[in-house]
Amino acid sequence: MSTAVNTQKKGGFLAGTANYLDERVGVAGILKEFGRKVFPDHWSFMLGEVALYSFFVLLLSGTFLTFFFQPAMTPVIYDGVYGPLKGAEMSIAYASTLDISFEVRGGLLMRQVHHWAALLFVAAAGLHMLRVFFTGAFRKPREINWVVGFMLFVLGMAAGFTGYSLPDDLLSGNGLRIIDGMIKGLPVIGAYTSSLLFGGEFPGEQIVARLYGLHILLVPALILIFIVIHLFMVVIHKHTHYSGPGRKDTNVVGYPLMPVYVAKAGGFFFIVFGVIMLIAATFTINPVWNYGGYDPSPVSAGTQPDWYIGFLDGALRLAPTHLEVTAGGVTWAWNILLPMIVGVGFLVVVALYPFLEAWVTGDKREHHVLDRPRNAPTRTAIGAAGVTFYAALWAGASTDLIATNFKMSLNNVLVSIQIILLVAPIIAYLVTKRVCLSLQRKDREIALHGRETGRIIRLPHGEYIEIHEPLDAFEQWKLVDFKDYQPTLARPNAQGKITISARLRAGLSRFYFEDRIAPVSQGELDAAHHDHAPAVTEAPAKKAVTAAKKPAAEKPAAKK
Amino acid sequence: MPFMKRNVKTSRRNPMAAILVIAAGLAVSGGGYAATTAAVASATPVSAAASSAQVDEGHKLFLANCASCHGKNAEGTANAPSLIGVGAAAAEFQVATGRMPGQASGPQLMVKPSQFTEEQTKALAAYVGSLAPGPAIPTEAQLAPNGDATRGGELFRINCAMCHNAVGAGGALTEGKYAPALTQTKAIHIYEAMLSGPQNMPVFNDANLTPTDKKDIITYLTYVQKNPSAGGYELGNLGPVVEGLFIWIFALGFIIAITIWLGAKSN
Repeated sequence: MSTAVNTQKKGGFLAGTANYLDERVGVAGILKEFGRKVFPDHWSFMLGEVALYSFFVLLLSGTFLTFFFQPAMTPVIYDGVYGPLKGAEMSIAYASTLDISFEVRGGLLMRQVHHWAALLFVAAAGLHMLRVFFTGAFRKPREINWVVGFMLFVLGMAAGFTGYSLPDDLLSGNGLRIIDGMIKGLPVIGAYTSSLLFGGEFPGEQIVARLYGLHILLVPALILIFIVIHLFMVVIHKHTHYSGPGRKDTNVVGYPLMPVYVAKAGGFFFIVFGVIMLIAATFTINPVWNYGGYDPSPVSAGTQPDWYIGFLDGALRLAPTHLEVTAGGVTWAWNILLPMIVGVGFLVVVALYPFLEAWVTGDKREHHVLDRPRNAPTRTAIGAAGVTFYAALWAGASTDLIATNFKMSLNNVLVSIQIILLVAPIIAYLVTKRVCLSLQRKDREIALHGRETGRIIRLPHGEYIEIHEPLDAFEQWKLVDFKDYQPTLARPNAQGKITISARLRAGLSRFYFEDRIAPVSQGELDAAHHDHAPAVTEAPAKKAVTAAKKPAAEKPAAKK
Repeated sequence: MPFMKRNVKTSRRNPMAAILVIAAGLAVSGGGYAATTAAVASATPVSAAASSAQVDEGHKLFLANCASCHGKNAEGTANAPSLIGVGAAAAEFQVATGRMPGQASGPQLMVKPSQFTEEQTKALAAYVGSLAPGPAIPTEAQLAPNGDATRGGELFRINCAMCHNAVGAGGALTEGKYAPALTQTKAIHIYEAMLSGPQNMPVFNDANLTPTDKKDIITYLTYVQKNPSAGGYELGNLGPVVEGLFIWIFALGFIIAITIWLGAKSN
């Protein structure tokens, strides 16, 4: 602020504007607060940004599309330029989508930009979620922000699905028919809900206009609100960072927003925008003209939803048939209800995981230093099992394409994926946990004994030893700095009773931390270095190198 | 030539000599083979109409190549169906697309390079057509893609898309059977397939889809085959699964590479 005042005396235009704004909205205070926010440097911290930028691209391209799209289902005779549909009866929605594709200047590019950006938005959000999960960034104080992010992911799916259905072509109509079937599969309320949603019998003449309202108004507004909350919480909590010398739960090591990250992030926005434009300009997505206007009678082979709905479609395909039960005059279509329960249940577990883990560990501390995935073996293994489960459901949505393209029997593919869905997550859990523990053991070994140099020397009394080179502070820090939990016992409460929940918690705690590798303690480290001290002194040259290295290595830490 | 002759004469041990001898041998045997096969090919009847000579030729080919499974009189055996009454269209389709003679038993016969010349295929078709009345090979006029593409598209989506996909990209059936992609299929084979219903395909006879309907469908498919997508590379026209794979592997992969570049420490 003082600099703004000083420069204003010189009468510069920029300084004048800055002063004008500062006196009215206090821009200096805002800049001071936000411009000095420190962000750590790591590629994995930019995945959420990709989703954010995709969302900007979606807003821009989506606005362009609303200028030309007409969400009405009134039948018209198509009289546009696309030959194989000339004279066909179709809805105004589909006709205007064709017009956007073939007659509006830049329309097809914008449609493809919008659709590719939508796929990228959800994909980047999903990958960002995986990063947050596997590094434990959802721990206190960020549990609520995890839920906000989860809501964004679900809203992204909702936005995608409502948009997918708007062109009113055969593919999107088939997708809506599946949703209609799922809604009707709900006992008691199903038929009423479907009737309310579609304004009568499927497909009716309402659904496109209704989905349009959701797609361009409610869902994006909610996404925007949740993005604001999400980013606001990042500001409140400050960003997490990976462990390293000088990186603690009480600080953030990185560069300030102004000017480093404003430049980096601004440039990155244009890169993401550019990649989306490049893809949209060269690769077809959703060629609606191929599918024809929606007609409830035909269903095309290879009808699939966009990738983010795939796991639900896969659940439907993988569900065993003949599960209908009639009870109380109502048919319970378990072949529809079961996949819905599995899909929704999976999402609920994802949303609530931070609370579950916090309850099991009983850890009330704040965590700002991220875990290396190997240092939380059970969490990483659970994550791997979840990813495998999701992937199996996901693959389930493309059984027909797997069968035809790899020349296999559709039935065998289906049964195989059913088995994979149930067995592979368990295998993934066990393998991941073992891998994590082994990596931890290796880390421990390296931290205690240093790196094997391969240099064998003979001591004066005849003993042969290998020189182990001690790690520098940076390397060592990474290997030894992680939190350790021990399984807790079920304790009696104030009434002297051991409650069921206490037992459950103790059981889960055992499950999480039963087999664990404790981090290397200072005592162990000292003892180990003492053991190896003679060996090191035997190589004075080496020692000099490490001594020379040390100040150089510490320098960047001091700078940060 | 005089130069070469002199060279060979003067030094038979020249390393070039062996190569020349081999080349000459290959030229003689290969040329001779080509000449004889050309003679055989030109010996088959050229007439388009099913002359009795053509039927006889077809009968001979049938006995040599087909009778072991379909029976000497095409009456069928335990391994293969009777061909009496299937018509020339069915025989032409199966043989010209290489599906017949079948190579191995499996869920479905696959397309492969045809084992017969066009004349031989016509002869075989003429022979099978002569056994009993059945659908004939469609004429050029029936196949010309000058019908109503809009109507053809609609008929295709109603009658064919559930197996062959809305743009004929193909689709899966049960137990390893499949509806093949129609992206390379010739008009004549599309027409014959509708007439004869090969393998798992139902028959769409002229009462079900009139010749005009069939012409319209062919017009539509020809349009789709000849006009690539306006939106750029099509990713196999396989729909959202491929699009999802593409965004995850290529788009996100590329962007992650960029994030790693941006996150790298400057040296």
